[in-house]
Amino acid sequence: MSVQPEERLAVALARLILDPAAPPARHIAVGAASPIPAAACWLVKKQGHAVRLSLLHKRSGNPFTEGSRELFDLTGQGRIDLFFLGGGQIDGQANLNLVGTGEWPGTGVRFPGSFGSAFMYFMTPRTILFREEHSPRVLVKQVDMISAPGVSPPGVFRRGTAQALVTGKCVFTFDPSSARFTLASLMPGESEASVRAATGFDFDVAAGIAEAPEPDKSTLALLRGAVCDEMMETYPEFCARVFGRKAAA
Amino acid sequence: MNPISLEAMAASVPDGALIAMPPDNSLPSVALAKALVRRGARGLRLLGVPVSGFATDVLIGAGCVVEVQTSAVSLGEAGFAPRFSAALKAGTITVRDATCPAIHTMLQAAEKGVPFMPLRGVIGSDILAHRPDWRVMQNPFTDEADQVLLLPALSPDIAVFHAVMADAEGNVWVGRRRECATIAHAAQRALVTVERVVEGNLLEDERLAPGTISGTYIEAVAIAERGAQPVALLDEYGVDAAYVANYARMAKTEAGFAEWCAEHVFGALRAAAE
Repeated sequence: MSVQPEERLAVALARLILDPAAPPARHIAVGAASPIPAAACWLVKKQGHAVRLSLLHKRSGNPFTEGSRELFDLTGQGRIDLFFLGGGQIDGQANLNLVGTGEWPGTGVRFPGSFGSAFMYFMTPRTILFREEHSPRVLVKQVDMISAPGVSPPGVFRRGTAQALVTGKCVFTFDPSSARFTLASLMPGESEASVRAATGFDFDVAAGIAEAPEPDKSTLALLRGAVCDEMMETYPEFCARVFGRKAAA
Repeated sequence: MNPISLEAMAASVPDGALIAMPPDNSLPSVALAKALVRRGARGLRLLGVPVSGFATDVLIGAGCVVEVQTSAVSLGEAGFAPRFSAALKAGTITVRDATCPAIHTMLQAAEKGVPFMPLRGVIGSDILAHRPDWRVMQNPFTDEADQVLLLPALSPDIAVFHAVMADAEGNVWVGRRRECATIAHAAQRALVTVERVVEGNLLEDERLAPGTISGTYIEAVAIAERGAQPVALLDEYGVDAAYVANYARMAKTEAGFAEWCAEHVFGALRAAAE
């Protein structure tokens, strides 16, 4: 079986989770409908790293016993080190729009809504932004409306910002002091030019960018084995499609 | 406490009520939502705790709803909520966007009987710009600049959810889904559908007591077997993804939604009457 794009993305996310330059990720939370971030977290754990995972939508053995507010209470205290967010629109200053396009509250296209982003983005020491679709309609110069701002002025409590933005085409890192993204690595077949053509915002380019190395055999075996085992209950369709694993009847 | 019928429970919900409901992963009463459609409820204001799902979309589609306060509306893997999106576009509902912990915090303030509670984050989000009822103030406990969001207590008229079981004392068991306890505590009334009623008192059982909501908070219980379906109920039954996908497909149009309702909301009633 050849390497699936979703596997490549999970491996790219896992690399960012383990980035030694970033604050430590001892406790990672993963929100609803996030199979690729969940796969990345399980991969890190199955590689033997000491990390606690709290998956919001796990049906059996759900880690939260105080209802869905517990994730936010934990995060408010600083007990969650890393979270993943996406957006219907993401702009060059890492502002996220999960509300919609046009006028408030989404007179163009209405997205589902902001969920916990307006809190989690501030209160987590680092956030990895993830959106598979890399197109000018998603990665815009300026979001139509802000669910959660990319940076905050002094006097507004904030533990962290985006560490990076991972898409189907590339990985950008984010510098909160300049509020700008930097192209850091490319998915196979992409170039700086192809990324520019598909991106609505301006960005910097790291010296000597290259394609990220392909996942090795042992990583793929782990993803398709132990990681898939953990994900079957929550994401059966994803496991069937990406890992080729069918649920037992 | 004697259970009442589902239709009697729906009849006790007045038009215009502010109803708090948990989302699809957290014990919504789809059975009561369908009963509200059958009774022709109007002017309902729905509060998603902290987000909204299948039951909210059905109530909107049936014209029962004038306002939704929520942090998101979605059918999960089945995608965007079609009747919510259509009603927003048509301007037939008012949408008051929030963010998950803000909804929890407003309810927790009501639980405690205090007028407001602070919350971190949110400052700089356009959600705040569209919530004139929310305030920002300087933290009075520091000399450093520190802006904090203040949220008003929110006491819904009615909490509605589906528990696994009730007992003879009117206590209900929701396992670890304690957000149902928060909305029952915060609301004026709590109406709970259950799979079954058991003998005895759940609070006498040390293992069940932590997942139990005291009957103090519960106004009425109605038996509705598989009352959360098509969504999951703890370890009792799983989600019926094909049912939700079929709904998402049919509810793309008003006519398709009406056809779906005739079969899935009114159909059971007709069959029972025959």
